[in-house]
Formats: sequence, C-alpha cells, structure tokens
Amino acid sequence: MGSNSLYGPLDPAPDAGYVDAPPRMGFFTDTSVCIGCKACEVACKEWNAIPDDGFNLLGQSYDNTGGLSANTWRHVAFIEQPVVPSLTDALAAAGTQFLGMPLSDLPGRVTEAPRTDFRWLMMSNVCKHCTHAGCLDVCPTGSLFRTEFGTVVVQEDICNGCGYCIAACPYGVIDRREDDGRAWKCTLCYDRIGDGLTPACAQACPTQSIQFGELDELRTRAAERVDALHEAGVESARLYGHSEDDGVGGDGAFFLLLDEPEVYGLPPDPIVTTRDLPDMWKRAGIAALAMAASVAVSFLGRRG
Amino acid sequence: MPGRTKVILVGVRTWIEGWPVYRQLTGTDPLGRGAAAQSPRSKALTARTETADRVAKSVCPYCAVGCGQRIFVKDEKVVQIEGDPDSPISRGRLCPKGSASLSLVTSPRRQQHVLYRKPFGTDWERLDLETAMDMIADRVLTAREETWEDNDAEGRPLNRTLGISSLGGATLDNEENYLIKKLFTALGAIQIENQARI
Amino acid sequence: MAEAHPVGFQWVVEAKNRGAKVIHVDPRFSRTSALAHTHVPVRAGADIAFLGGIVNYILENEKDFREYVLAYTNASMIVSEDFQDTEDLDGLFSGFDPSTNTYDQSSWMYAGHEKHGQEHGESHVQRETAAGQQHESHGAPLPGDVPRDPTLQDPRCVYQILRRHYRRYTPEVVERLCGVPQAAFLEVCEAWTANSGRERTTALVYSVGWTQHSVGVQYIRTGAIIQLLLGNMGRPGGGVLALRGHASIQGSTDIPTLFNLLPGYLPMPHHEQHETFQQWIDAIRHPGQKGFWANAEAYAVSLLKAYFGDAATAENDWGYGWLPRLTGDHGTYRQALDMIDGKIKGYFLLGQNPAVGSAHGRAQRLGMANLDWLVVRDLYMIESATFWKNGPEVATGEITPETCRTEVFLFPAASHAEKEGTFTQTQRILQWREQAVEPPGDAHSELWFFYHLGKRIRARLAASTLPRDKGIQNLTWEYGDDEPSSEKVLQEINGYDLSTGDLLSTFNQMKPDGTTSGGCWIYTGVFADGVNQAARRKPGREQSWVAPEWGWAWPANRRTLYNRASADPDGNPWSSRKAYVWWDPAAGEWTGHDVPDFEKTKPPSYRPPEGATGVEAISGDDAFIMQGDGKGWLFAPAGLIDGPMPTHYEPAESMVRNPLYGQQANPTRKVYDRSDNPTNPSPPEQHTEVFPYVFSTSRLTEHHTAGGMSRQLAYLSELQPEMFVEVSPALAAERGLDHLGWAHIVTARAAIEARVLVTERLTPLRIEGRIVHQLWLPYHWGSEGLVTGDSANDLIGITLDPNVLIQESKVGTCDIQPGRRPVGPALLSFVEDYRRRAGLVPGHHTPIVTTHSAEDADGEQ
Repeated sequence: MGSNSLYGPLDPAPDAGYVDAPPRMGFFTDTSVCIGCKACEVACKEWNAIPDDGFNLLGQSYDNTGGLSANTWRHVAFIEQPVVPSLTDALAAAGTQFLGMPLSDLPGRVTEAPRTDFRWLMMSNVCKHCTHAGCLDVCPTGSLFRTEFGTVVVQEDICNGCGYCIAACPYGVIDRREDDGRAWKCTLCYDRIGDGLTPACAQACPTQSIQFGELDELRTRAAERVDALHEAGVESARLYGHSEDDGVGGDGAFFLLLDEPEVYGLPPDPIVTTRDLPDMWKRAGIAALAMAASVAVSFLGRRG
Repeated sequence: MPGRTKVILVGVRTWIEGWPVYRQLTGTDPLGRGAAAQSPRSKALTARTETADRVAKSVCPYCAVGCGQRIFVKDEKVVQIEGDPDSPISRGRLCPKGSASLSLVTSPRRQQHVLYRKPFGTDWERLDLETAMDMIADRVLTAREETWEDNDAEGRPLNRTLGISSLGGATLDNEENYLIKKLFTALGAIQIENQARI
Repeated sequence: MAEAHPVGFQWVVEAKNRGAKVIHVDPRFSRTSALAHTHVPVRAGADIAFLGGIVNYILENEKDFREYVLAYTNASMIVSEDFQDTEDLDGLFSGFDPSTNTYDQSSWMYAGHEKHGQEHGESHVQRETAAGQQHESHGAPLPGDVPRDPTLQDPRCVYQILRRHYRRYTPEVVERLCGVPQAAFLEVCEAWTANSGRERTTALVYSVGWTQHSVGVQYIRTGAIIQLLLGNMGRPGGGVLALRGHASIQGSTDIPTLFNLLPGYLPMPHHEQHETFQQWIDAIRHPGQKGFWANAEAYAVSLLKAYFGDAATAENDWGYGWLPRLTGDHGTYRQALDMIDGKIKGYFLLGQNPAVGSAHGRAQRLGMANLDWLVVRDLYMIESATFWKNGPEVATGEITPETCRTEVFLFPAASHAEKEGTFTQTQRILQWREQAVEPPGDAHSELWFFYHLGKRIRARLAASTLPRDKGIQNLTWEYGDDEPSSEKVLQEINGYDLSTGDLLSTFNQMKPDGTTSGGCWIYTGVFADGVNQAARRKPGREQSWVAPEWGWAWPANRRTLYNRASADPDGNPWSSRKAYVWWDPAAGEWTGHDVPDFEKTKPPSYRPPEGATGVEAISGDDAFIMQGDGKGWLFAPAGLIDGPMPTHYEPAESMVRNPLYGQQANPTRKVYDRSDNPTNPSPPEQHTEVFPYVFSTSRLTEHHTAGGMSRQLAYLSELQPEMFVEVSPALAAERGLDHLGWAHIVTARAAIEARVLVTERLTPLRIEGRIVHQLWLPYHWGSEGLVTGDSANDLIGITLDPNVLIQESKVGTCDIQPGRRPVGPALLSFVEDYRRRAGLVPGHHTPIVTTHSAEDADGEQ
C-alpha cells in the first residue's frame, strides 16, 4: 500500500509524517481473564480527571456507565448468558410458571453450539486507535491527530466541538461532552506513554486483561493466547480488531472475545467511514492544495 | 537596527514553522494528520508523576490484600496514587477502590473541622480543636467516675468502668491500635472493640 | 475473591493459566464464578453439610494422605470413652447443660486426661469472653502424653470417631441439604482429592463472610479438617487462606482493640479466673504443656513492662493489679444493647460506621441515640454521626433531634496518605507506609488523637491519690511533642532488652524477670537488628518467589505457618515439586525457601526426654508447634464451645427442619433474647411461611463495607449507584417483581427497599424435596454520601457464634414483595404486623434445644 492511504494495511505513524517513529503502541484486551472489576474505568478517570457519568442504575447486569462516552474512556460491558434448558427444567421441577424476564436476545448466540454452562462475559472496551481513523480523517481543525506511537488523540486545546468525528467513528466511541461541547476519548495516555509509562488502565488491571505494549508483540501474544485457550477447550475464543485486512486496517486496541462481537456490542465488520475519500480527493486534490496554499500566503501577507 | 530585524525574522520563522498548514505543506505529513498537526500543548505533555516532587511508598487502605501504592506529591499536594510495581503482593495493580484512592484523599467532601451537635440540637456547629479535645477529656473522666467499679460482689478486683465504649475500624494502624488499647486499659475501660469482631 | 479482593485474584488467574482447576462454591454466581471452571451454587448456611460430605468422601474412600495424617495430625489419638457424638444424642455432644446451653467438655478429652478437659461452668465463661479468639496464634491447652493407635483401627481413635461422625454426610444428603446435585458434588470431591498428596496441593480460600455465621468457627474447622486429611497444611500451594476485608484487620486482632484480648492474643484478665497474676499466667501457659506457650510469662511480663515501665516490678506483679477485669460478655453487640438500656455514657467510633456496617442497624442507632456523648472520627460525614437527624428512625419518629440527648462530636481524621505506620495484611505481613502529605485542616491521625487525649487525662489525674488512677499515672506515655512518632510506638511494640537498651530481634529473647519489654510478643522482630523490617521494599522481581524481603510477617518473618509439615517426618521434602522447608543433615539445621517454623537445629529424629515440658517437649516431628500436643487437630478435644467436630446445624433463621438431627441450630450460639432483637421463626416453630426466603449479603467490588470510603467518591458511586436486590427469574415470577422495579424486603427487625435485578446468577435450589429461593443484597448503602439507600444490615438480628461472638449476618430468612416499603410510622406497624403473623409476640422465646426428646417434653407440658 502506498503512503497516506486511507484504507488497507500500513504503519500509521510513519504514514503521518513521523521520521524514525517509535514502534506502534496499543492495547490487547483479553476478555477471557476480565473480572469486571472496573479498575480500568476508575484508573482512567483518576489519571485524566474525567467527570463522572452520573449516578444511574441501568440494570444492564453490573454496567452502570452504559458505554464509552466523553466521560467514560474505558467501559466494562457485562453480558449474562443464561442456559435456557436447565432453567426450564428447574422451574418445571418447582412447579412454577416462568413468566420471563427482560433478557436481551443477543445476536450471535443462535449461531453458536448450545452451551451447557451459564456464562457472565465481561469486556473492557476502549477506543480502537484505528489504523485508518475516520474521526481523524474528518477532523477539520487538526484537533484529532496521529501520534508518533500510531495512536489517535484529540487535542483539547484545538477541538472546536464541531462533532464531525462523532459520526465518522465506526465504533461509536468518540463523543462530545455536554458542558464544554468538545470531543473526548481515550488518548492511550499520550502523556504517560510519552514518558515511557504504561497507560493508567493497563497499569491498574489486576489480571492483565488489559495489556499495553508494542502492537506487533501484542498481536503475537494474542495469537498464542487464542491457541492456548483452544487447546484448553475454550473453542469460542477469537480475536477482534487484530487483522490489518479489516475495514479499518486493524485496530491499535484489539480484543480477545469469547463470543461474537455483537454480543459485546461491537460492530462485526467495521469499515472506516472515509474509505472512499481518496477517490474523491484524486478529483479534488489539486484544487484543494492550491486553495490551502493561497490561504497560507494571504495569512502570511496579512501578518506581514 | 539589524539586530532587531533578525529577531523578528527568527520569530516569524518560528511562528510559521509552528503553524500546522505550513508544516503540512512542507513536511512529511501532507495530509496534516500527524506530525504537522501536533499542538504545542500536545508536544509539551508530560506525565504528572514525572514532575512530582517526591513519591511516598504506601499501602492501599481498602481490603487486606495489602497492595503497594506509590503516592506522588507536588507542592505538598497528592497528585496521583497508583500501584507499586515493586510489590510482590500486587505487582503494581489496583482494583477500582484502590484506583480511587486519589479521590479518597483529595476529595473536597472530606471533613476538615471539628463539628459539634449539642444535646437536643438540630444542627451542627463548628468547634475549635483544642476546645473539643478538652471537652472529650472531661467527658471521659466524668463517665469513668460515674461508672467506676472497684470490686465484684466477692471483693475481687474489677478496677474498671463499663461507662465507656469504643469501636474502631480496621483501617487503623497497628501503632494506633496499640495506643488506643494501652490508654483505655490503663483507664479501666474494657469495652474496646473493632471491626474484627464484625 | 474476584469480587472483594480483585488484585489478590491475579494469582488465581495465574494459577489457572498454569493449569490449576478453580472451583467456586457460593450461593450466587459472582465475578469469581465467572472465571472459575466450576461454580457450585449451595444453600446459604449449609456449608458444614457440604464440607462434611467431602470429609466423608475422603474417609470412606481412604483418600487421605495417610503418612501425613499419621505423623502430623491427632488421627491416632484415643478419645475418652465417655465421649458421645451428635450421632448418638440427636445433634448434641456429651456434656450438654441445658441450663446454660454450654458443654462440660471433659468427655471430649483424650483418654486418661478427662480432668484436663474444660470444666463444667468454665465453658460458659469461655463463651462470654470469646476465648476462642486466643487460639488465633495457638491451640488450646492439652497434655503431651496421649494414648495412640497408629493402625487407626481403635474405635475410639480420632480417625474412627471422625468416620462415624460424618458417615451420614453422603452425596445424597449433601444434595438434599445443600441443593447441590450429586454429580457436581462428586466433581468437587474428586478434584480436591486428586489434586492433593505428595506431589500436589490444593488451597482452600475463604472470605470472612464465612465467619459471620452462628457456626462460623466450625465452618473453618471443617475446611481445616479436609486440608489436614489431604496433607495440605504447612505446604506451598495449600492451606486455609482467609481473605480478610480491611487493610489492617489482621493487625486489629494481633494488637487488638477487642474487649477480650491484650496484644499477642494474651487474654484480658477475668475477675474470677484470673484474679491473681499467677492465675493469669498459668491460664495462658498451662504448666506442663508442650510448645512455645510455656514461655507465656515472659511475653506477659514484657507487655506489662512496655505499659508501665519502671513502675512495673516483681513486687507489684508488674502492675497486673492496674489492669481492669472482665466479668463476661462485653462485646460490641452487648454494648449496643446496653446503650439502649442506658448503661453506657460515652462511645468512640474510630473509622467505623455501625449505623450501616453492624448487624441490626436499628438497635445500633437507637443505642447511639441514648448516650451522653458520642465521638465520631472519620474522613467523611457518615451515618453514625447523623443518626439523630437523617437516620431511618427520624423518618419513623422514633428519634427526633429535639428529644435526642446524645452530644455528638465529629472529628476529621487523617487518611492513609497522611500518616506513617504499619498495616498488617491478610497474610500477616506488616507493611510500613510513608507519610506523603500533612492531613488537611484540623484532621489528625488516631495516634495524634489518643496521644493527646492521654496527655490531657494524665495531666488532670497527675495529683490523684486514688488507687484507680495508679495505672494511668504509671503508664509510659512519651512519644514526641506534638506529633507522636509511629516509629517509636512500633519499637515499643517490638520490645527492648532493658539492660542494654537494644531492640529485641526475636521473642525468644523475652524474659519473665523484668529485663525485657515488648508490647506484642508475636511482633517482636519487626525491628530486628534495629531496622524497621516492615519498611523493606526489595522489589519482588529481585528476590525469590516467597519474597521474604518485602515487609515483615509475624512470627519471625515466616510466610507460611507450620511449614515443618512441608517436609516428611524424616525432614525430607514430600516431593521435589513441593519442596519448601527441609532438614539439612550436613549443616545440622532446617533450611529452605521460608523461615522454618521449627527450632532451627532440632533434628527430625529428636524425641523429648521423659517428663519434658515446654519447647523441650516438642518432638522432631511435631509440626504444629503451637498446639499442646504438637499435632494438627482433626478432633478438637478442647478449646471450642460448640463441639469437638463440626456438625451441621441450620442457621438461627431457616425454613428447613434440620434433616440430620433433632437439634435444629447451634445449641451454644450466643443469643440476646429480648423483644427488640426478635428472631424469625424456624422449625420446629410454627409460622415459618411468613419469612419464606433465604437471603445473604456481601460486598460489591465497587464499594467498601458501610460505604464511608466509597459512596463519598464519584468514580465509585457511578459504578454502583443504587441499593439493589438480586432475585432469580423464578422468584421474580413468584412474587411479581420487575427488573429495575422496586421491592421491599422484610424481616422481624425491619423492612428495607431496593431496586430489583432479576438475574440467572441466582438459582432456586431443591432442598428436602421443595424449592428454596435465595436472594442476595449488597450491604453498602445508608443515608449519607453521593449515593444513598436503605441498609441491608437493618434486616439482620443479633445472634452470635459462641467461640468468637461474631454475628450471623450472612444468612437469614425474609419476605420480599414488589413496590416500595411504607414510610413514616406506617413502617413500624408494617413490620409489627409481620412479627404478629410470625408469632413473635410478647412472651415468645426462640427454643434453643430442639432435640426430639426435648420436643416431646415440650409437648407434654
């Protein structure tokens, strides 16, 4: 793939103009060892001084922050997967009529072989730091930018709150904060990793469900983990967002899941919203550059 | 004034180079999504743990696992609390409560003054610390006096008061528990209890 | 464990990744279950039946680690022929006295030593003073020379008695009683036994909700019996591991702020049993006894020297006469009831919130409303400081600010970051904390508060000539000018050689002649070599896996207790995989990864001379050196109030008639039979249908106990913002409860409301042919903080374990109904109506002895 592409595999930091960029850094979130403790949510908020998300009992199992938002940059999803047959048996034995409960019928479940165990899945979700980040591509102010680590960061001193990025995110991650109108999301602790530190969430995670490191190394580790789980009989283990050939060129933050992505509220086949932009740019490119140059000249002239 | 002109030129160059569009057009980032777009704030970012004046080695105050904590202090204020990777117990990790230790310590909701509610009072009032300490000393001695027992019915020593009670949390330090037990025992107060009973 | 000790759980995840099998037994599917290989839902309050079933499986299939059992346990010892089992007496052991509901324990003793058994009447005092707690560091007193049958065939040997006792705890009975299908139960039995023995070990981990039962101590005893039978004690990867719930709750028992203990598990003097210094000392060391407690006089004198300094002399019995005396039960629950009765003048609450955190919240609050004064010291505004204006009784009209006489002081306290000192965590490791910053405003540490309170009181009493003031006048009380030095206090705790002024390095240096001091003998060594060992911070990655240079563990920096048992009787590791501590014949000493829990140079072949006592009497293969007979106890011939072997009793509140015995519940449980502390009816009483469900309570990961350190913080409050109750879909259907709707839960004490979470993490269980529904509540909420709600502990009555006087708060019966509870005075009449329907009317008393013969006798009256 050529440089400055908006689709397909590439190394985003050199592509974004960093000479001698450090290795691309990312998260591997292994949900098979997530205990749903939410240390990641709290450590993130403490480090980044993010406002709370309000005190609302949502009844989505133990999730009461609801999803990733301007005020929740790490979010733990809880999915209770009951075993319908044995429940029916138990109730039949009890002689009680089962009147049902508001369980969501999760997509993906029907395609799986019927499980015999109750499962409580937990997953700490986060911004994917896509190889091809729609949010970044559409940002008109240069607030969203690619860092030397290949991550995608909103620069709060530049964001004007236009909100284009929100529609552009194929995962629905980035969000505007109500009080200041600006867009906020995970920075992969840009300030910390710049100093050689681990992001706050990964540092806190008790079980190493969240692992931070060089993306290449994480991908190798993840593949080995999937193999080990398969060997241990956990056939449902699979990776999500690890492939460079997916619709966003691979995620900088990818996951090991124990069920279909939809079960966790993840899009099964995310595609960068700006995939077709290069074609458009080919047609409009010269004009755009000329216009940008004239803007620069006029600006300089006025200042001079 | 040649010198002055030079200064202006340098300033302009710096200013131009700092301008994203200029960098975008002249640099390695023609789409302006990376190096060229980095703001001065982003460029200057550094972790506040790196600029702390000192780090205190501590232990999490919540459960009994005893996770190591590092408390970062800047200008005599706690600016960050995180896990201590040196700890063979916790290896740098913290749960949500341990991770919230910074809020626990720095919250504006913390009580900072002695409050006093009079008998039959309907609200709190502020009390000076020294006055409050004297009032407690008076009350302890009065309660002890009023309820003192020298001997039991058979004349065996009791040497105690049942007029004073205490119930401590289990987040008290060993040294604190030691002084509490020592003082109360010497005063003859035996109803000294702790979360450990609960 | 994942719920309440997430960071500790990393080691379970690590073990699992290395191939360990993880089994979680819990009434409800929790975050721990989510990561376990197997979750076994069990009926709350049936743990002894479950674990007893495992004991039965081990014994009937001879799965015990026989070499270990013979060498290190009391399996071969012969018990008195007077002993009668619960199997013989319908749920009672021999020696029961219905007038006090305690046992004459002499028949539980080893054959020929009946006179050493607990005497009649003594057991009552032991219960009142929670004497069982002294055994946290050592076993009960016992003679050394006991008849044994190494073939384990004698019908009166412990092994055979144990076999008979648990023979009826079959998989079928476990299924009927616990609701655990036989296949699931046998899977646990097979996994546990297959993973124990010479090459492998299994760890039993419990959280301290296990202690919160009327048979709490016996729950843990059952676990210990299994671990002894399978050879898992004193060995790496084995043990019975308590996950304690507070940063220094272990320290709070070691250096107790408990009514019945002095530091180092020395008993508080009792007016009758310990009238003189010598009686007190002999009661601890038991002359003629084996083991390290024979040196108790040195520990006790050193404590008194630490307390009273030069004023403690041999002539005045080291100031023993200045110590106050117990006359019975002075525990926290007795105190709350005494407050209601107006017997207590003043109350200190030090980082503790009984209005939410203690059982029977209403009794706690009504007690606090009837004091002369209350001192609350905390970081935040807590419910125990505002009961007079915001508590539930204000809403019902039982307390009004205008009529509540209690004077309340709220002092701001220092946080862990604002003071230096040590916490003792759950593995007995002391870790020193450095002070990061000064506390804000008028906030101070407890150390500061009590130091200055002590100084003020001493100044006021300086001129007194009253005998009662001698103790406080003679107290050593110099720890600095304004800010007392924690280090100086810790040094006093460690102890000194008073002749040289040097800090002691081990409690073996303590002497009974007044030449040493030491505030807590088991902590001696924390300043070994004059260095604060608790402050050691050698990174874990730079030392062995035992990490002995991180902090300091009592005793003697030993990380695993009784680790002599990790070697075979000859001193060799049981296997190379499980090598931990072993005898090095060339060097003539014990060595290994940990500090050996044995005299360093005593060889495995050592046998004590005739008539030896104390340390000299410990044989080279007596791995359990603090026990009077050197052995791990499968059968406890002394020291427990409620029996030498754990027996299944139903909880104090149950809708199930005990399927095994006529005796329904623990006959020795501590009850406070008074109208403001009613107990829901259980069989054989009538009206159990009024409270038809079982409830249990526990913690959420996101909150901490009574909420004072979590509901005040936005980042934790948002994660669990509201009080809720978890019910199964089946119970929701039965009672018409809607997910996220309101429900109210009712017991004889209170009715509280909560939002409903309908979840299959709760499962109805089939018990004795009927379906039993269990519901679950977190207990973190109260009326103060960023998020508020009703308190689960309001539902709970006060019934205590007889050994340690801890309340049964992990199981009870209740009703649940849809919608919100009544408010105002209507709430009182609402609960009153439940009591009336349950027959809890004036004059009602909960029967304690319910054997069939007792019932027949009742019927005749």
